[in-house]
Amino acid sequence: MSGLEALLAYLTDGGAWQGSAGVPSRLVEHLVLCALAVLTASLVALPLGFYIGHTGRFQVLGLNLANIGRAIPSYAVMVMVFPVALAAAAPIGYDPRLGLTFLPIFVAMTLLAIPPILVATFAGIAEVDRDVVESSRGMGLTERQILRRVELPLGLPVIIGGFRVATLQVIATATLGAVLSGGGFGRFIIDGLARRDEGMLYAGVVLVAALAIGTDLLLAGLQRRFTPRGVRVASGEEVVEAIGDLGSVAPPSLRRA
Amino acid sequence: MIEIRWDWIGEHLDDVADKTWQHLQLLVIPMLAGFLIALLLGVLALRRPGTVGPVTAITGLLYTIPSLAAFAVLRPIFGLSLATAIIPLTAYTLLILYVNTVAGLRSVPAEVNEAATAMGYSSASRFWRVQLPLAVPLIMAGVRVAAVTTIGLVTVASIIGGDRFGGLGQFITEGLQTSFDTKVYLGAVGSVMLAFIVDILLLGTQRLLTPWARARALST
Repeated sequence: MSGLEALLAYLTDGGAWQGSAGVPSRLVEHLVLCALAVLTASLVALPLGFYIGHTGRFQVLGLNLANIGRAIPSYAVMVMVFPVALAAAAPIGYDPRLGLTFLPIFVAMTLLAIPPILVATFAGIAEVDRDVVESSRGMGLTERQILRRVELPLGLPVIIGGFRVATLQVIATATLGAVLSGGGFGRFIIDGLARRDEGMLYAGVVLVAALAIGTDLLLAGLQRRFTPRGVRVASGEEVVEAIGDLGSVAPPSLRRA
Repeated sequence: MIEIRWDWIGEHLDDVADKTWQHLQLLVIPMLAGFLIALLLGVLALRRPGTVGPVTAITGLLYTIPSLAAFAVLRPIFGLSLATAIIPLTAYTLLILYVNTVAGLRSVPAEVNEAATAMGYSSASRFWRVQLPLAVPLIMAGVRVAAVTTIGLVTVASIIGGDRFGGLGQFITEGLQTSFDTKVYLGAVGSVMLAFIVDILLLGTQRLLTPWARARALST
């Protein structure tokens, strides 16, 4: 039986779509875990990024921390966080019914999602033309108003770009979570390998890739939607330039899991 | 909480050396292949600017696929041969290397190119002696990002690689399977250290390749 036939046989079998190990519940597991991690990471990264971007303070520190974060392989982060988070689960009153491995995987994913969002946020805000900021100040806007009405809308495409990177990272890392007996689509790959079930393995591959590509396209659409028209007209050439300027720091891709 | 058995590590230094060596092979082969492809596509981008959009889209699409899935899909085809690891690893370097190569080549001012032509450079010699050297800072920035990314991905390959490939990541995966923390941390800390060392070495290489950047920084 060819791989494609095995895949189709697996996916058209009703059993693959039912129960706690079925595609729908694995999708929910994957999505909930990713959404929680990105949300928690942005609670940390957005305020910090706004502060660094607006004041221009600690930029070098922020870049260096993010660079260090980038250099650490996500699989390594996950396994190193694992025993620590597992030991911390009981003292912080974590309910083990949520799944023993949920907390460690969640913590690792959150840690991995912080650097891309942080860097994109402060880079997006710092890149806003300082003349524009000065003239807003001259017009009598308070610092808070400048951030909310001028810097945030102009920096939004770059910030959403950071969310794209973080989301991809998190989706891929959630897949790795299956190695630590976490849920999500990664289970199909790991279990498929273990049971030598090609159909299941390929189903996992297709589902994971579709989820990642679909989510990225959705965020790319949002990014375009929130690019102010004036900026959109000026882009094209500039997109590559912007990536070039931040080359050592933030190509479209801070890292990959 | 975590017990590290240093004596076990001491007894298995040969194994550590072997796996580090394999990790480096799985870094260098995909990087060289990816760099060659990105450079060719970068030259193409100079001649046919219309190719930049589609090539970026395709390399971006490859980059979006979670690595575990990419390794897994090749496993039934190539089995436990190194191709199962090398093909996805190469594919993942392409986006970063290509985008930065194109940005680097395009960062050369038009006046500089025109001056080189006026001085009698052929288009090939202009590429090798003017455009490429001036693109080095951005290309090297891409190489650094791609290298640390690849080192991380090699550890993921160990999940698929059984006892055959995955570099230091094999310690992680084997350690997890046997609940042996020492092995898990040996692989994790080892691959993190490898990433840092390679990043620093590449930064040094970048400085050596672009002496004028330092001279300029000192003079201003």
